[in-house]
Amino acid sequence: MNPVIDYHALAPEIVLSVTIILCLLVDLFIPDRPRLVPQLASLGVLAAIIPVLTLAVSGTDVSMFGGAFVVDNYALAFDGLFLVVAYITLLVSFDEIADGDYYGGEYYVLLLTSVLGMVMMASSRDLVSIFIALETISIPTFVLAGWRKHDTKSNEAAIKYFLIGVLSSAVMLYGMSLIFGFANGTKLSVISEYSAGSPPALFAVAIFLTIVGFAFKVSAVPFHFWAPDTYEGAPLPVTAFLSVASKAAGFVALLTIIRFGFFNSSDSWQPLIWVLAAASMTFGNLAALRQTNIVRMLAYSSIAQGGFILVPLAVAGDVSGPSAWEAVLVYLMIYAAMNLGAFAVVMAVSRRTHSTEISSFAGLGRVDSVNAVMLSLFMFSLAGIPPLAGWFAKFVIFRAVFDAGTTAAVVLGVIAALNAVVAFFYYSNVVRRMWFDEAPEVVSSPRPASVALTLAIGITVVVVVVVGVYPEVFARLGQLAFASG
Amino acid sequence: MTLFDEWALTLAVFLPLVGMALVLLIPRGQETAVKAVALITSLVTLGVGVGILTQFNYGKARALQFSVNESWIDVINSRFHLGIDGISLPLLILSMLIVPLCIIYSWNHFPEPHNPKAFLALILLLEVGMNGTFVSQDLILFFIFFEVVLLPMFFMIGVWGGPNREYASIKFFLFTLFGSALMLVAFLALFFTSKEATFDMVRLAQFGGSGIDHTTQLLIFAGLFLGFAIKVPMFPFHTWLPDAHTEAPTVGSVLLAAVLLKLGTYGFIRIALPILPDAAEAWAPWIGLLAVIGIIYGALCCLAQRDMKRLIAFSSVSHMGFVMLGIATLTSFGINAAVFGMVAHGLITGMLFFVAGSVGERYHTREMGRLGGLLTQAPKLGWILGFSAMASLGLPGLAGFWGEFPAILAAYEPANLANGLFGTSNLVTFRSFMIVAAIGTVLAAGYLLWMLQRVAFGKPKPEFEATHIHDVHASEWIAWTPILVLIVVLGIFPGLLFSITDGAASSLTKVFGG
Repeated sequence: MNPVIDYHALAPEIVLSVTIILCLLVDLFIPDRPRLVPQLASLGVLAAIIPVLTLAVSGTDVSMFGGAFVVDNYALAFDGLFLVVAYITLLVSFDEIADGDYYGGEYYVLLLTSVLGMVMMASSRDLVSIFIALETISIPTFVLAGWRKHDTKSNEAAIKYFLIGVLSSAVMLYGMSLIFGFANGTKLSVISEYSAGSPPALFAVAIFLTIVGFAFKVSAVPFHFWAPDTYEGAPLPVTAFLSVASKAAGFVALLTIIRFGFFNSSDSWQPLIWVLAAASMTFGNLAALRQTNIVRMLAYSSIAQGGFILVPLAVAGDVSGPSAWEAVLVYLMIYAAMNLGAFAVVMAVSRRTHSTEISSFAGLGRVDSVNAVMLSLFMFSLAGIPPLAGWFAKFVIFRAVFDAGTTAAVVLGVIAALNAVVAFFYYSNVVRRMWFDEAPEVVSSPRPASVALTLAIGITVVVVVVVGVYPEVFARLGQLAFASG
Repeated sequence: MTLFDEWALTLAVFLPLVGMALVLLIPRGQETAVKAVALITSLVTLGVGVGILTQFNYGKARALQFSVNESWIDVINSRFHLGIDGISLPLLILSMLIVPLCIIYSWNHFPEPHNPKAFLALILLLEVGMNGTFVSQDLILFFIFFEVVLLPMFFMIGVWGGPNREYASIKFFLFTLFGSALMLVAFLALFFTSKEATFDMVRLAQFGGSGIDHTTQLLIFAGLFLGFAIKVPMFPFHTWLPDAHTEAPTVGSVLLAAVLLKLGTYGFIRIALPILPDAAEAWAPWIGLLAVIGIIYGALCCLAQRDMKRLIAFSSVSHMGFVMLGIATLTSFGINAAVFGMVAHGLITGMLFFVAGSVGERYHTREMGRLGGLLTQAPKLGWILGFSAMASLGLPGLAGFWGEFPAILAAYEPANLANGLFGTSNLVTFRSFMIVAAIGTVLAAGYLLWMLQRVAFGKPKPEFEATHIHDVHASEWIAWTPILVLIVVLGIFPGLLFSITDGAASSLTKVFGG
């Protein structure tokens, strides 16, 4: 019995796969043209966006492989997000990889493989396909984290990330196997039907283990401890990728599994996610306050931002409409733009100063005012200050909280509000160093940012400003993604 | 609807933004061009303001005029809704007037580290936020403009401020951010609990909180209260203000005192009172209590200050207490007094900060113990200081009087509510407040005259005897004359302003005490 395959619906995955193979071949047979692979990779990613758009326009949902793989608005919205994020990650990678005596070709192959996993993740509606997609995402990133192989910090980053990654996969797989045992199936629709009955208490344990596995992936407190070391040790473009794309993929997996699978047993997962959200926001912020290195600061800040993204999930069971799901998508889109932008500027600046210490940003406003303005915009956006996009991300979170309206939800909302204020302190610290302090008397070699890096900063800053002033663009996307569900 | 009616408010809000973009495009070296563009933009904006003044239908001051209502964020039912009535109009014009005067004042002496381009761009951005807040009729839009104000002021204090600028700027920002986070939460709570899921202020005011149960109303009002009270600032949330004022550059202090503080009191009048009238009645005595504590506390703090600017800053706490007392009476008389008080305080305290800045610039100190004899060294500056101090202490015939005196008078006859504080009736409560507030005016005379005496009277201290103190510059004359004239005109013809605000104030307070 042959499965029915809709090649149009699979086109993004196919385009990416072909690009990966081409990159490998080109790198192997044309080694004296080092710029060919990155160009090919970015063209491939852009080409993969085209079928996503045509599928969105055609508007018909496609379900394949017995419902394990679904292409609907929900999947397409996240496909689009992942591909755009991948493109920007590629843009910020060019200089860094070209300058650093790295193995260029393999870098792009691994990165694209991880992106392929993400695109698969968005469509997965089955525990097995979710797991496979998640591993496709993770395994290349273990290698990428250790890309600076002569640097002990990079090695540490990779080993820590790898061990934690394997551990979390094991925990998750154990939970999934228990679920399979109860529900007698791995399809999320089957699990959903099963949990609508009255599942035994042990089913809650299975849910618990599965979600803990995802908590490692999205570095939610208390399963976050790998993140700061890994982020600091990995090459900067990889850190940007990890803290945006692969984190977003973890959230998408969590969102999918909760929305389509566990939704009916909200008693089991809501309290757990509530605790993860509150702990991540609070601890992430408090730890970020003490950082002196901007990459570590961004690492902890991304833990805190992850906590914010968990907030709507923690109240999703009490929300009748789709506002909680929309909040996750909208937050992820805005977060991706502002965090990638921040990393891009840090890269542009550190090419000149060779340092990522926050003190090395002192007086940047006078030395390099354009980059200082850009970084200020991203920092204020991350802090949620209007009229930059971050405010709307926070807004949709609060909207979901009030939509749920339960006491637990409102308490979490208050914790989130207080954290939003604390977060301003460390984000603004970078801004204050840049504008309020004098520049140190260090002679630095000027290395102007490349076109690609400038383009990356340009795209993200436009998103941050436009969405901040006219949030309807992303809000509408969020609404469309969840319209039919 | 003429074309001007449709576009006036949009222009008033976004012209400064266009000016800011132009300023940013001019190369840093061309300072004159930067200054000229900034000034022209702010003057054109003021021109739009004059146009609004002439086209405004004063017979219908209670109704929203120059309305714009376009779709903005449909997904959350938030619209781009602008409009002004008799309460917004004076504040909008005040904001439009102060900005060009600040630019003129800065013309030849930008504070260190100079950089007029960035400084003027920030002032224009500030104007976008200020004007926008006064014309917004949608809660989310209001929130955005309310917040837009923060960033430019943060940078103005942090980059161009005094020695302790970093602490002051972050304190200013964190306090306000905390308040506005709670305010946003309150807005959302209104959205979900009111009869219709909307952020439109007009609609919400029509519902007047009906359908929301009483406890929830009280909580939502508390959230709004914190957001606005921090901005005003009311005792005990005022601690950011003296630091911010002391460290801010002169123009920053002026804008802060003249316009930014009014965003808080305006929020009370525009949002908190009409949308949640029942909760407002329940909280009013407490707000009145904090207001009179602020009046006395601010005045006593003034008496303990050595720095001139810090003294004026604390006097703001005291004066804004009168405004809040007027609002807390929930009568149309009180609201009229409050709006007048806001405008008068904006002009007078703004003027005092201008003078304090000029004094500080000439003597390189604002410590009153070291100053003296300003009247002999720079007589015109000394007289202007004296004039402003007199206006500030509420001398009849000058604008300050019409802010303070009616507010006290309004407390004699507050809205007829069920009960006041500590088991007394609302009437007894507010009449006690009235007595305390009256004592406050005596203290105000005390600290202002004391400041005048130490700075302007007597002979210069030995360390400044030989210093040449330049009297009022031309740019200072141009910047100050409109303010001085307005202080006199409004003092002699208070009806000019009361006639604008009265209609809106009385329609707003109709719901109270019934």
